[in-house]
This record gives sequence, C-alpha cells and structure tokens, in this order.
Amino acid sequence: MGILEVKGVNKRFGGLLALDDVNLSIQQNTVHAIIGPNGAGKSTLLNCFIGKLLPDSGTVKFDNSSLIGLKPFQINQAGISRVFQTPEVFADLSILENVMIPAFAHRDGAFHLAPFRSLAKETAIREQAEKILQDVGLVDERHQLASAMSRGNKRRLEMAMCLVQQPKLLLLDEPTAGMARADTNNTIDLLKSINEAHNITFVVIEHDMHVVFSLADRISVLSQGHVIVEDHPSNIKGHPKVQEAYLGTAETQ
Amino acid sequence: MLKTFRTSDRTLMVLFTIFVLAAPLIMAPLGAGYPDLMQRFAIYGIFAIGFNILFGLTGYLSFGHAAFLGVGSYSAVWMLKLLSINIVPAIIFAVVVSGLFALLIGFISLRRSGIYFSILTLAFAQMSYNLAYSVLTPITNGETGLQLDLTDPRILDTVNETSQVASPSFLGLEMGDTAVVQFLGMDLQFNVGFYISALILIGMFYLSLRIFRSPFGMILRAVKSNQTRLNYTGFNSRPYTLTAFVISGMYAGLAGALLVCMDPLAGADRMQWTASGEVVLMTIMGGAGTLIGPVLGAGIIKYFENIFSRINESVVEGWFSALPDGVTDFLTAVVSPFLGSGWHISLGLIFMLVVIFLPGGLVEGASRIMNLVRRLSQTRKTTSSPSVARPLGDDESPEEPPPGSVNTRES
Repeated sequence: MGILEVKGVNKRFGGLLALDDVNLSIQQNTVHAIIGPNGAGKSTLLNCFIGKLLPDSGTVKFDNSSLIGLKPFQINQAGISRVFQTPEVFADLSILENVMIPAFAHRDGAFHLAPFRSLAKETAIREQAEKILQDVGLVDERHQLASAMSRGNKRRLEMAMCLVQQPKLLLLDEPTAGMARADTNNTIDLLKSINEAHNITFVVIEHDMHVVFSLADRISVLSQGHVIVEDHPSNIKGHPKVQEAYLGTAETQ
Repeated sequence: MLKTFRTSDRTLMVLFTIFVLAAPLIMAPLGAGYPDLMQRFAIYGIFAIGFNILFGLTGYLSFGHAAFLGVGSYSAVWMLKLLSINIVPAIIFAVVVSGLFALLIGFISLRRSGIYFSILTLAFAQMSYNLAYSVLTPITNGETGLQLDLTDPRILDTVNETSQVASPSFLGLEMGDTAVVQFLGMDLQFNVGFYISALILIGMFYLSLRIFRSPFGMILRAVKSNQTRLNYTGFNSRPYTLTAFVISGMYAGLAGALLVCMDPLAGADRMQWTASGEVVLMTIMGGAGTLIGPVLGAGIIKYFENIFSRINESVVEGWFSALPDGVTDFLTAVVSPFLGSGWHISLGLIFMLVVIFLPGGLVEGASRIMNLVRRLSQTRKTTSSPSVARPLGDDESPEEPPPGSVNTRES
C-alpha cells in the first residue's frame, strides 16, 4: 500500500479526455517521477492531487484518506507540500519571514487567532526557520526581501518553505524548468541531499530527462492521459512503449 | 536575547504619545489649536489606523468603510438616548454593533478580491446610506439626523429634569469643557473631548502596532503578497482577512461613536461614498502599510478641509498687500483659486504628487529625507576625518533586526 494511491482517475475537458483511467501507487520514501510528452496530462494529474481540479471519477487517497474535494490548505495540512513550476514566494516579505509563515501553518493549523502575540517572542519558530535556511544555504541573506532573489535561490527558498513543514509528501512541478544547466545540477544536488536527510516522499513531474534519471527511484510514463509504463529508471530508457510515446510509431518496413 | 518590544518601536510609541498629548501646543501656531478640529484629527486618525489594518496589511481596498463609521454613530447616539449620557456604554455598544455589521459585510464581500471586493463594499455602504435616509427612518431619523432630546429616557441617569439637553460626559466631565491657557501670546485650549479621543487614539495606535508585529500581521502581509501561495502553505486565508476586516470595522465604529460623543448628532451623510473615499485618501497619502502614515494623512486632510478652506480672497490679499497694487492683484488672482472654496484643488494636486513621486506616501518621503541626511552627514564625517573609525555605539542595533523590519516602508 503506497502513501499516495490513485485509482481509476478520469478527467475530461470538453471533448478532450485529459486523464484516462489513471492508476498510480506511490511508495513511501521514494522519488517517483511522472514523465510524458507535452499534453500527456501530467499537470492535470498534479492539479488533481492538490485540490485545484476535481476529477470526474476515481479516487485519490493519501495516507488512506481521500483528497478529493479538499481545499489546497487542507491538503497541505494533511502533509502534502508543493513546489511550483515558477517559484512562488512572498515577494514583499523577507526570506526569513517566507519560511516562518509555513512554520506557523504547520504548528498552529489553518487558522489560529492571536492578533496581539508578539512575533519577537516566537523564538522556536524563528530558530527552526533559520536552521532550514542554513540547510539550503540562504541563512546569510535571510533579512533580504524575497523579491530580490535569483530564480535559483527562489527555488531554494521554496524548498525551505516546504521542508520547514516536515511534509510527508513533496510535489515538485518541473523543479528545474527554465533553469540553466548549472542551476539545474545544483537543484538536483539539493533535492538529493534533502531526500537523504529527511524521510520525505517526492513526486516529481518533469520534462528534463537528465533530472529524472538522476533523481528518480521509480518512473511512470504518461501518454495521452494514460499511464503506459511504470518501472525502474533503468528499464524505462529502452522501453519500446516509451520511445513510441516520445518519438511516435516507427514506420514498419 | 530577543527583546519582546523593539527599541525603535518603543521610541516610536513614546514620540507618538508625546506628539498627540502636546497637540494643543503644537497646533496652536498652525491655527488649528481649537478643540473641534483637534478632536477631528484624533478621531479620523483612529478611523485611518483601522482602515490601514485592512488595506495596508492585506491589500483589500474597501470602498465602504464609512458605513461602519455611520453605524457606530447611530448606535452611540441610541445608547446616549436610551441608557446614559456617559460616553462609555455608547462607545462599547457602537464598537460591538459595527463589529457585527462588519462581520456580515465582510463575510459576503471577501468572497471576491480586487476590484470586485471594492465594488461590493461600496455597494453595501451606499445601500446603508440610502436605507438610513428611507426605510430606516424610525431608527436614523432620516434627513434630520439622530440627536439627543429632552424626552430621552436614559434609564441609568437618575437626575433628568433639567430644561437643557444634556451633553455627553465622562466622570462628570463634559466633552465640550475646555481650559484655556495663555502661553507666549497664544491661547492654548485643553479640551476634555480632545484628550479622551487622544488617549483612545494612543491606545488604538498601540493596538495596531501590536497587530503589525504579530504573526497574524505577518500572515496578513503574506495575503497581500501572494494569496495563492498562502493557501498552498496551509493557511485558510479567508478567516484571516475577515478578522482584519472586522477589526478595521470596529475601529471605524469607534471613530463614529467618538464623533457623536463630541457632537451628538448622527446623520446619514457620514456614510456616503465620499466619506469612504476620504479615508482611502488619508491612508494612501500618509503611507498605506506604515504605522504612522494613516494618522499623518488624516491630520493633513482634515487640516486642509478646515484651515485652507477658510482662507478667502481678502485674506490672500492681506498677505500680498505690501507689494505694489498690480502685483498684489496678480498674485491674489493666481493664488486664491487654490485656497478657500478651492481647497480641493490644492489637496488634489498634493495627492497627485504624492502618488506619482512617493508611492509609499509621506512616510516614504520622510524616510527618504532621513536617508539623504544620514548619507550626507556620513560622507562629511568620512571626508573630514577618514582615519577615525565610526564609534561603535553609533549604530544602536548591532544585533540582527527581527522579522518585520525588512520592509523599509514600515516606520
């Protein structure tokens, strides 16, 4: 029994069947990559995990409880954190505050009313945030505004924001999209070190094969809304169905 | 290690308190040292501080906050009529009623954001305004406005047989009571109503400071910065924005109650959209999202409204009378349209200048000047004695600033 169980999920947009009977079982403490050509339904599937889209049918179970119909904040509170395709941070806040906010969400829940509590007294939260920033290498610039950061550093900050919540599952939507090769490699190293240091299950949606094959323990290949193969990375590369999905059917002589 | 209350905040609080309490002394040379206007400075300061908790922190621009001001006024007058001429029950009742009203309007309006939220609040306020004129006349007394009467029951007040309408009081002190003191040839007017409003203003400023420096305030700033991200971070943002809305509605209700404590007449005009717009102007002019800005903005706008509007053509002519006739006429003709009944033109021009050149309001202007002065004095120091290192005690915070201090616009 995996930590995230997807059974028979269908999603239709008008005439397009975006997800066609998708079944997935994601095991605890693995890095599970979901790949597929453009328009295969990767993002649609991800949006069904995070409460942005409601599947037409099927079940999505996390830790044996259904995620269907939950709001984004409820899904986060259940233990799923998310990294966005373009890093989403609180640009007008300092880097430290960016990490303290998810730490508060983790400690106090989705709504906790204490309008006159002093922020300066929250030393535990602050230290926790600083420790995570140390881990991702942003501790020295923690008092700068997040808007002034480079894209690579925003990604680091976003990872820190997720990690401070000690999630059970981390969803990464193309974590290296639009990055230069050096940044990509840094991100891979960062993800690897996080995966080794914390017991977090990763679900990575990715285009870049280099990233996928250096990170993933297991890969599911999505094509036209359907999971065509699920296997170890070593078996994926030469798989005829995968080649067919990416390159089209070879002309048979 | 960490102080519970930052040094700079304590300085700000002390300076603010001194400034407010010494207002009769400071305002007298500016021609604004009379009770009626100073009361308005304090009361509209409270209104703007409350508005800033919503708009400055969460970025939700309410265009209907005057409705809460009006609701507060009506509730307070009713308490003064029915219960007691003492202002305390009136103020408490007004704050509670406007809080409930804000809960209702906020609950509905906060389902939308951006311009749609603004329009919803505007619609509610205009609805309240029109209801106060028509259907709700039994409660609001329509166009005449709700005021105190000789026949008011006032069940808590035992002595009630005087032939004069009582005026609101606190511990036997009437709001209109004023002590006039001669000082350097000026009449300094120390007024009970002003000092009560001023003490409440100081308390409300402190409350807003605490909100700004709390995790709650930080989350509200996160709403403004990136609400989607906040929801994916595990916070349900709606109750947070609703709380901010209700708090600012209660501030407005408090301001409304104080207005009728000073002058016990509540009219529907107080709820009109122009009144809602005024508080937006005050906050933006002073600096939205800053602590002191809204009070500053409220002071300036009320000053213009009451002082500039009184400078008529003959006063302007008096200024230039020493000059030759033709020049006097010319200067008077140029200057007077901007004063007297044309004071809106000058206010509009200043507002435009502020919004274009100082998007952070007058507070941003002040901090720019401070930075410039600091830089100038530093360069002079280094050029005159480059070998001498700056004394260590000069910079008062070698320890790292706590969160919330990065935002340069907060001062």
